[in-house]
Amino acid sequence: MKVEQQYIDLFSQCEAMICRHSAEVMNAPRAMAFADFERLGFPTTKEEKYKYTDAAKLFEPDYGLNLNRLDIPVNPYEVFKCDVPNMSTALYFVVNDAFYSKALPKTPLPEGVLLGSLKDMATQYPDLVKKYYGKLADTSKDGITAFNTTFAQDGFMLYVPKGVVVDKPIQLVNILRADVNFMVNRRLLVVLEEGAQARMLVCDHAMDDVNFLSTQVVEVFVGDNAVFDFYELEETHNSTVRFSNMYVAQEANSNVLLNGMTLHNGTTRNTTEVTLNGRGAEINLCGMAIADKNEHVDNHTSIDHKVSDCISNELFKYVLDDQSVGAFAGKVLVRPGAQHTASQQTNRNICATREARMYTQPQLEIYADDVKCSHGATVGQLDEKALFYMQQRGISYKEARLLLMFAFVNEVIDTIRMDALKDRLHLLVEKRFRGELNKCQGCAICK
Amino acid sequence: MLEVKDLHASVNGKEILKGINLSIKKGEVHAIMGPNGSGKSTLSSVLVGHPSFEVTKGSVTFDGQNLLELSPEDRSHAGLFLSFQYPVEIPGVSMVNFMRAAVNEKRKYEGKPALTASEFLKLMREKRAVVELDNKLANRSVNEGFSGGEKKRNEIFQMAMLEPKLSILDETDSGLDIDALRIVAEGVNKLKTPETSCIVITHYQRLLDYIKPDVVHVLYKGRIVKTAGPELALEIEKRGFDWIKKELGE
Repeated sequence: MKVEQQYIDLFSQCEAMICRHSAEVMNAPRAMAFADFERLGFPTTKEEKYKYTDAAKLFEPDYGLNLNRLDIPVNPYEVFKCDVPNMSTALYFVVNDAFYSKALPKTPLPEGVLLGSLKDMATQYPDLVKKYYGKLADTSKDGITAFNTTFAQDGFMLYVPKGVVVDKPIQLVNILRADVNFMVNRRLLVVLEEGAQARMLVCDHAMDDVNFLSTQVVEVFVGDNAVFDFYELEETHNSTVRFSNMYVAQEANSNVLLNGMTLHNGTTRNTTEVTLNGRGAEINLCGMAIADKNEHVDNHTSIDHKVSDCISNELFKYVLDDQSVGAFAGKVLVRPGAQHTASQQTNRNICATREARMYTQPQLEIYADDVKCSHGATVGQLDEKALFYMQQRGISYKEARLLLMFAFVNEVIDTIRMDALKDRLHLLVEKRFRGELNKCQGCAICK
Repeated sequence: MLEVKDLHASVNGKEILKGINLSIKKGEVHAIMGPNGSGKSTLSSVLVGHPSFEVTKGSVTFDGQNLLELSPEDRSHAGLFLSFQYPVEIPGVSMVNFMRAAVNEKRKYEGKPALTASEFLKLMREKRAVVELDNKLANRSVNEGFSGGEKKRNEIFQMAMLEPKLSILDETDSGLDIDALRIVAEGVNKLKTPETSCIVITHYQRLLDYIKPDVVHVLYKGRIVKTAGPELALEIEKRGFDWIKKELGE
């Protein structure tokens, strides 16, 4: 427990300070989470779930924390130029883990919709937040979730009451900002009541050329007939470590689209656990990764079909260049009685070099007999025949490779249910493949 | 325009071409016929620089340039075009993007500015008419879900877009019904100028009814064993290749 010790000591010494700068509702589960963390520690590769990402090792280096909530001197609206402009979104910022509320956009939201700092919400509406906070993110089962719950002091919350439709997409930009190597523990809580609808785009950025480690726990509650889109775009840098644990609970006839796109990163581990609690629920779980150099992208997903007549579609695609490493695990559990389940899982990967590595693990557990489930996983190279065909038509080898790589990931982009975002992403991906993305203003300079 | 001298080529160490000599002048159409496995497709692959084939001996000059030194894309830029026997499907790459990249890379090579979007679309429209290619096909992914005939028409459409100096048609007639054959052949003839040449690789006379060759060669066991006028193709249609093999003492 060497790596964990400094954090155990830190919490023991600073518990009062941590609590003072957070909210009662967030403080309540802290002691339990801390006990779980002491018991579980950080996951190591000996744990099946973390086989390809050594969390314990990634927590070894020293990182500063801002437990005392010092103000980070930055006005994101001034310094930040987003890669997805003209999207007509309601734009909000979270600097490290703090919601930036000093200059909010004057976007009128439908009545009853709550949006903002989780800490503030938890202070203002303790009964509401208490109903949801920590209810999906089980600290007894995952060391990262336990750690995050122990240290998280703030984050973001969106609440959409029954029957309310939020037309304008909500864009949340997470900015990592620090002068020293720095750790952030952030929380996101999304609640859509019955029949509510909302779309969120979350962009992850690292502004400074220091080492960052962020843990993020996202809890999403989607009520009966509610519709929710959640797009996540990581564009950080090679010295960023990201752990994101996302828990989604869906009620009857709800429809959720999750799409996580890793365009630029250091080491990324995304865990997504979706529970289909109500009949007729549909989840579309997509993701893509474009990685090069020593980047590492690990998506660990699980979908739990608890009841009958639910649909799950999963599509993940990776393009791995240089010495990058990708991992994908897709567990689909069809419980006894979950008849008429329709589940489809696809994971396709390209290793563009001999050194790139991909580990893929489809895992279906089916305990019902009247279901339609399929899965497919491939790891391959770019089609040599297609490359030569394009060269014969005068397209250079380099350009031909790029065209094939765009084509490969476009399938994931095309699942997006917002046309403006889709168009922007086509461009962004092209920039990424051409190596132009890390020159953008939003990111620190990669080495 | 094209001078092939004592060309030897092998794949995986096995020699397929064993000394090809071929001379094609501006404006000429040459037909290459021969039994299966004689090296016809290997010859076309070697000329366009397919990486699987190794040239072990000989030389190829194209418009005064040493062709064998050029990359496949530069051979294309220099004016060499291959209509593939089996056109490749490229899912996710639209015909429009594919052709735009091809046309603009060639223009770059020639020192010309890239076409604007409207100029490019106008060009597409013009050239599509040459082979009566449906607009729907032009909007799809390259060759994806195209029928055999549509794929071959698409090859000639690309040829029209790129205006090559020398086109090699590798069994362009295979898999075509008689109407598609006519459309494709008429397309090739429309594109013909006194400045351009063509190599037609085929098993059958019927394509040569439409595309009239000036010279007919028979390729056998990696060598050109017979060269004559268009009457040779008619004779092969009638008598097969056995009599040629007999002439060779087999």
